[in-house]
Amino acid sequence: MLNRFIQRAPEHFLSREQIHEVRAGRRGFLAGAFAAAAAAAGHANAQGSAAEGDANILNLPAHSKGLGQPVAARGYGLPSEWEKNLQRRESPGLTRIGQASVSFCPLQGLFGIITPSGLHFERHHQGWWDIDPSKHRLMVNGSDDSLLKRPMVFGMDELMRLPNVSRMHFIECGANTGMEWGNAAVPTVQYTHGMLSCSEFTGVPLRTLLELCGVDFKRAKFILAEGADGSGMTRTIPMSLVMSGEVLVAYGQNGEMLRPENGYPLRLVVPGVQGVSWVKYLRRIEVGDMPYGAKDETIHYVDLMPDGLHRQYTSIQEVKSVVTSPSGGQVLLQKGFHNVTGLAWSGRGKIRRVDVSVDGGRNWTQARLEGPVLSKCLTRFNADFVWDGKPAIFQSRAVDETGQIQPTYNELRKVRASRSIYHNNAIQSWSLEENGEVKNVQV
Amino acid sequence: MFRFELYRVSTLLLGLCMLGAGPAHAQAARQAALADVGRTATPAEIKAWDIDVRPDFKGLPKGQGSVRQGEVLWEAQCASCHGSFAESSEVFTPIAGGTTAQDIKNGRVDGLMPGANQPNRTTLMKVATLSTLWDYINRAMPWNAPKTLTADEVYAVTAYILNLGNVLPDNYTLSDANIREVQARLPNRNGMTTAHAMWPGKELGGAAKPDVQGSNCMANCKTEVVIKSFLPDYARNAHGNLAEQSRLVGASRGIDTTQPPVAAGSQSNSALAQTGYVQAAPEKIATSVVAPSSPAAPAAAAAKLPAPGAASLMPLLQKNACLACHGMDSKLVGPSFKDIANKYKDRADAVNYLSGKIKAGGQGVWGSIPMPPQALSAAEAAQVSQWLAQGAVK
Repeated sequence: MLNRFIQRAPEHFLSREQIHEVRAGRRGFLAGAFAAAAAAAGHANAQGSAAEGDANILNLPAHSKGLGQPVAARGYGLPSEWEKNLQRRESPGLTRIGQASVSFCPLQGLFGIITPSGLHFERHHQGWWDIDPSKHRLMVNGSDDSLLKRPMVFGMDELMRLPNVSRMHFIECGANTGMEWGNAAVPTVQYTHGMLSCSEFTGVPLRTLLELCGVDFKRAKFILAEGADGSGMTRTIPMSLVMSGEVLVAYGQNGEMLRPENGYPLRLVVPGVQGVSWVKYLRRIEVGDMPYGAKDETIHYVDLMPDGLHRQYTSIQEVKSVVTSPSGGQVLLQKGFHNVTGLAWSGRGKIRRVDVSVDGGRNWTQARLEGPVLSKCLTRFNADFVWDGKPAIFQSRAVDETGQIQPTYNELRKVRASRSIYHNNAIQSWSLEENGEVKNVQV
Repeated sequence: MFRFELYRVSTLLLGLCMLGAGPAHAQAARQAALADVGRTATPAEIKAWDIDVRPDFKGLPKGQGSVRQGEVLWEAQCASCHGSFAESSEVFTPIAGGTTAQDIKNGRVDGLMPGANQPNRTTLMKVATLSTLWDYINRAMPWNAPKTLTADEVYAVTAYILNLGNVLPDNYTLSDANIREVQARLPNRNGMTTAHAMWPGKELGGAAKPDVQGSNCMANCKTEVVIKSFLPDYARNAHGNLAEQSRLVGASRGIDTTQPPVAAGSQSNSALAQTGYVQAAPEKIATSVVAPSSPAAPAAAAAKLPAPGAASLMPLLQKNACLACHGMDSKLVGPSFKDIANKYKDRADAVNYLSGKIKAGGQGVWGSIPMPPQALSAAEAAQVSQWLAQGAVK
């Protein structure tokens, strides 16, 4: 009865000579042979044990021989206990206080293009809130009364009653990869590129609301979006982008309501534009005839150029890509075939092509773009790689539908030097070393 | 896309109220249908929320505040984060510092010019529109109690900051009447440009063509590849143990950054071979994921690890079928982990002893049923033994 619980000693552990000795009657040798078997077992493949096969197959596991959990044991499902390593994390030393900080999305472990809502990167300027949706209001008014027929107020009930659309878009912080302008600074893709996420957002085109207010679109060339939280986040957005229908007043994210960390119950979605413009806890839209000079477009989120001028109102996230695996901080378990996978995106439209290099940019091959390939949305790419155990340097290079090609660090720094902080879209290099470790490097 | 959706929804509405109308009519009909959604904002509501101040000072409330009043407010409500002289970088980026009388005259900050060796970029080195400073203090400060300052207090704090940058003299009182004159003294008022292609519209005099373009080269693009920047060895564990930040299955693991890297070519290292990971599968490489770095003292290396809970060991225990015979608290075929932990808790070489038992198996200590030798690597055995020696914490 008990025998079936006990792993058998490995068979075939005797050498040809030893078998001969046993046959010759020298049974006393067996004690030594047992020790040899122990050593042999120690050398077995990590997944297996006995020569007769894998213990995971030979010994039926508890889940094959017992009763599992009932339905609705968790009213809101959670990831497997085995997946706890994938968490959004702060980068040590980057910020001093959690309410004005950023947590990075673990891109190294994600598949496809949609970011699980609980792993969406966070950037808060003054802490996050979980706001009672029944008390949340959106106001639309004008910098002066003549810019619209009537200033209006909408509750969530009314906003959710309006015709809505659902669209998949990436959101990237303008400071993503900002730590890497001068040199390699952080170890993994989570910290180099993790201020990036992608969701399906559901909401009302802002244009619809402005039309309800009777906005004078000839004079109102700009809008100001304003948040209801302590930071009262504000950003200017051109009316032309609103009129394209792309800008959404969104309440839905990946099929459910927005997460509190992402602006519940209402946020602006400004496809292609950096995250700071996607105002969370959106409380007010003002239409006006000049830009508003908000802090996070004229003092912060400004790009210092080599001539000492700051670029302000920089908004578009330009064409960019990164290999997410193999990537920095990972160690490959074995030689042979590996799937090189990554993400590409552009704030100007669709991704047209991604090239991958495994020799630090000497030679490139075209990667496979996995569908769907959508405008201002993450695109997943894959490429084959067979590792011969020698060092390699992985890079990816994206091209968007406007013909913009992702630059190398040399190409980027030649124009913008390295003091910009924001909008670093350079090609990322990951160095695979002979011991299997992958490191963040710049070439 | 949008037009299509608009048309589709409009058609739906049309189906309910009229037939045969074109898209233009459809939009009008839809506007009519949506007319009861939302309501007019009252003047009091707009006054309560419309607080923004534009660069032309539209929206700026009347009021005034002196440098001296600002200093008092600053010490009470601002200095704890920003420092007494707004120079601190302890919590946030510094506000004052790095500007000169010449900068005030020129409207360009020398400290931002090429070759300038200015370590920090302060707010006063950057801000080009005074409205921005006023608006932000008014809407977001103090940081833990935003929107609690009166308009006069915002004027006073703004005046004090400008005084710290020598933009305003000690006896100045800033007000809505003189703020435009002060705007003309901002050190970096001429230091901004919108001549770039990153504004998503045609306004602001932006450039149409992006300033940076990559290369299409596909083959022989470089003669040599030089690694110009990499992370120093001492930073290996600076972001925490990367092994704990990666998935536990797949073609890779996170590097165990609590251990030094395994040397390349160490496949032939006999100590690593003991881990069981190398010899049986020659194509697999020795890694710090499974191998303790110090061949002489695997147990010592393991001893540096903090006491892990059973959850972190579960994959290992299940993979090796340990749980088939050992319960956490109760005896199954073999003793419970708790009993083992208790028995050896005072033994100094418990980790080594237990590692040996796991690897070699045994019989007689706990009864007559033998434990066969287990196929764990030395590192894995040490990990389990460590956990047992530290009390088999659940």
